[in-house]
Amino acid sequence: MDEKLLSQIPHIGEINHRGAYVKAPAKHTDTFLERYSRENKVLPSLEDAIRATGLKDGMTISFHHHFRGGDHVVNQVVDKLAEMGFHNLTLAASSLAAVHAPLIEHIKNGVITHIETSGLRGELAEQVSRGLMDCPVVFRSHGGRAAAIRSGELHIDVAFLGAPSCDPYGNANGYSREEGGTIACGSMGYARTDAEYADKVVILTNKLVGYPNAPWAIPEDNVDYIVMMEDIGDPKGIMSGATRYTKNPKELLIAQTAAQVIDAAGYFYDGFSMQMGSGGASLATARFLRDMMLERKIHCRFALGGITGQIAAMHEEGLIDRILDVQSFDLDAAHSLKLNRFHHQISATYYASFLSAAAVDQLDFVILSALEIDTDFNVNVLTGSDGVIRGAIGGHPDTAAGASLSVVVAPLTRGRIPCVIDHVNTVVTPGEVVDVVVTDQGVAVNPRRPEVAKKLRKAGIHVYTIQELRDKALALVGRPDPIRYKDRVVGVVMYRDNTIIDVIRQIEE
Amino acid sequence: MEKRYVKERLRRSMMFVPGNNPGMITDARIYGADSIMFDLEDSVAYTEKDTARFLVHNALKTLDFGQKEIVVRINDLSSGLGVQDLEAIIPAGVHVVRLPKTDSAQDVIDCEREIARIEAKHGIPVGATGMMAAIESSGGVLSAREIAHASDRLIGVALGAEDYVTDLRTTRADGTELLFARSMILNAARSAGIAALDTVYSDVNNEEGFLAEVSLIRKLGFDGKSVINPRQIGILHKALLPSEKDLKKAYAVMEAIAEANAKGSGVASLNGKMIDRPVVTRAQRLIALFEAYTAKEEDEEE
Repeated sequence: MDEKLLSQIPHIGEINHRGAYVKAPAKHTDTFLERYSRENKVLPSLEDAIRATGLKDGMTISFHHHFRGGDHVVNQVVDKLAEMGFHNLTLAASSLAAVHAPLIEHIKNGVITHIETSGLRGELAEQVSRGLMDCPVVFRSHGGRAAAIRSGELHIDVAFLGAPSCDPYGNANGYSREEGGTIACGSMGYARTDAEYADKVVILTNKLVGYPNAPWAIPEDNVDYIVMMEDIGDPKGIMSGATRYTKNPKELLIAQTAAQVIDAAGYFYDGFSMQMGSGGASLATARFLRDMMLERKIHCRFALGGITGQIAAMHEEGLIDRILDVQSFDLDAAHSLKLNRFHHQISATYYASFLSAAAVDQLDFVILSALEIDTDFNVNVLTGSDGVIRGAIGGHPDTAAGASLSVVVAPLTRGRIPCVIDHVNTVVTPGEVVDVVVTDQGVAVNPRRPEVAKKLRKAGIHVYTIQELRDKALALVGRPDPIRYKDRVVGVVMYRDNTIIDVIRQIEE
Repeated sequence: MEKRYVKERLRRSMMFVPGNNPGMITDARIYGADSIMFDLEDSVAYTEKDTARFLVHNALKTLDFGQKEIVVRINDLSSGLGVQDLEAIIPAGVHVVRLPKTDSAQDVIDCEREIARIEAKHGIPVGATGMMAAIESSGGVLSAREIAHASDRLIGVALGAEDYVTDLRTTRADGTELLFARSMILNAARSAGIAALDTVYSDVNNEEGFLAEVSLIRKLGFDGKSVINPRQIGILHKALLPSEKDLKKAYAVMEAIAEANAKGSGVASLNGKMIDRPVVTRAQRLIALFEAYTAKEEDEEE
């Protein structure tokens, strides 16, 4: 093509182009096998990868929490960053667990100066509540985090993502279809959003497999570097064989009531959609729904969320048509993701971001747990009755807001601690999006949903006011002394739209 | 508020609650058992006896158990603990005292005397507290008739199988080992016009075994059964439900009776057969069982 011809093209100024064709680059002639052993993204060490990303002091690094209590990625990477002399980094993990207590040292020595997460547990959570960090920890829901990453409010410079399988170009997944075992975490939904938006992405894998590692969670075009590591996680801590249905009679009673509430409220019909947590009563609701589905010969169009083996089993029985899986809770769920074509892996964005048409918006109902519920129906899942951080927001506000009926299940009291109270310690999910509270001692319906209360009453379910439930709790266990806090804010809690809904203060001791 | 026992009522399930466990005591009401039985006897270690007595006393005084029947299993009088138990629970208000290890009518009479004395002392109408006797030995089984007739306060007799099979030098198996005791107790109860209550099934994770036992005692004619785990209650109540066919027939019987009454006729008939008294009684009992199962959650006072 002659360069001069370009000027003869009408409207050439409006057509985007990169000039006239000159010559194609030289073609490969070696075999695919030879090529990919030579040209690939695998670097010899974590240190090489860190250098290659161009990471600098003050930047933001991210991690996923699909390895949960078995995660060995965060600690190893941050140890290495400390050793290499990095300082003043923001650590943005989709969540953190008790296994991440070694971060305390790296916070004290200035390697990590800010944390963003869905939750904190264990010693790290205790220390943060006691004023470990100058800058408050930012807590976001899974949907809120995905939205913040996309909008740039949470800009990730480098994502370090553990993956149980990856090929030399970076197609990575939470399990492997290749011969020979690997650890399995099932869905890598939260990591997908990080991989898509981070400036640089490093995959840390214990199993390098042949190209192409299909199906993949993370496609190679999102990945810059790959590091082989012997140990990225402890399979036992990542997940166990199967989440068992609870045998606790109180949880079973709550679950049974929750199933009755959903039915009575009109959201249990042929073709419904649902999500339930992995907590005792929440998960057990699936068992009672299953019995009702078999009895009435109705089926569920899709189940969403963190997925357990129970949901997978109902899919395999033909009771649930589709599973949308952002996070697998047990090996049975991970196994199902690998085997069942309609058990589908989705990203955090697809799951719950308010900036996109999220799957949570298609939910008929969700069953959610709570540490505390107050008389305005606000829910706390983040701080304990002693004011110390001990939980995670997860998808709580996202699903409560998205589902047509949000059902919060909790015992009325835990030991001597009342769970229905005047004011929750920390508002995580606002009462505006919480519809029904089911306890072992009775059900309350948000006055914003009078039609639901009416339907429950018609079905013979006694509906209490939330104040009556609070009074029952206080009559049983008495009114606890208020928690003593200092003025200093140690945590900032964001609603799913990333407005600040509450703060967590340092505890007074 | 005065508590007075009711002689005849539905007693499908009687749930054991260890008297020294505050969590279980406060939760006891929520599981749908017809009767709640706070235990001061075998589930409470000797060193915990005072604690349990104190806790149950305060639970009876403070907690609201709705329409539930409240039973307390005391220690037997010969242990030296039984009278202390009675002194604590009767003034606190209890519907029924369960006497364990009842070997003879005299055991019932002795206990009743203590109850009457304590009632009088606290200004409670003498006779307000009911009793039930648990039979747990070969001697007790052979005296079942005398025991069942020993006091007007008795609402029922129960079998305590664990001690009984040990006494017989056997162990719990498919129910053959208990057939004689169950039959004796059932007939004793019926001859006295009171309830017959079966023993516990302790393997709480064996639903199949539990259902087999419930089916057996239902065929024999027992009113209900003690349970040790709340999970057994729903299963038990469901298993005691009449079949749809029997239920339809029961309603038809009651309709025929109502029709006959409306006509002022003393004789009712259904499908050409005269309905006699036992048929009516059976129909009423089946309907009561069904209605109890399907009843809406009781609206609580407060």
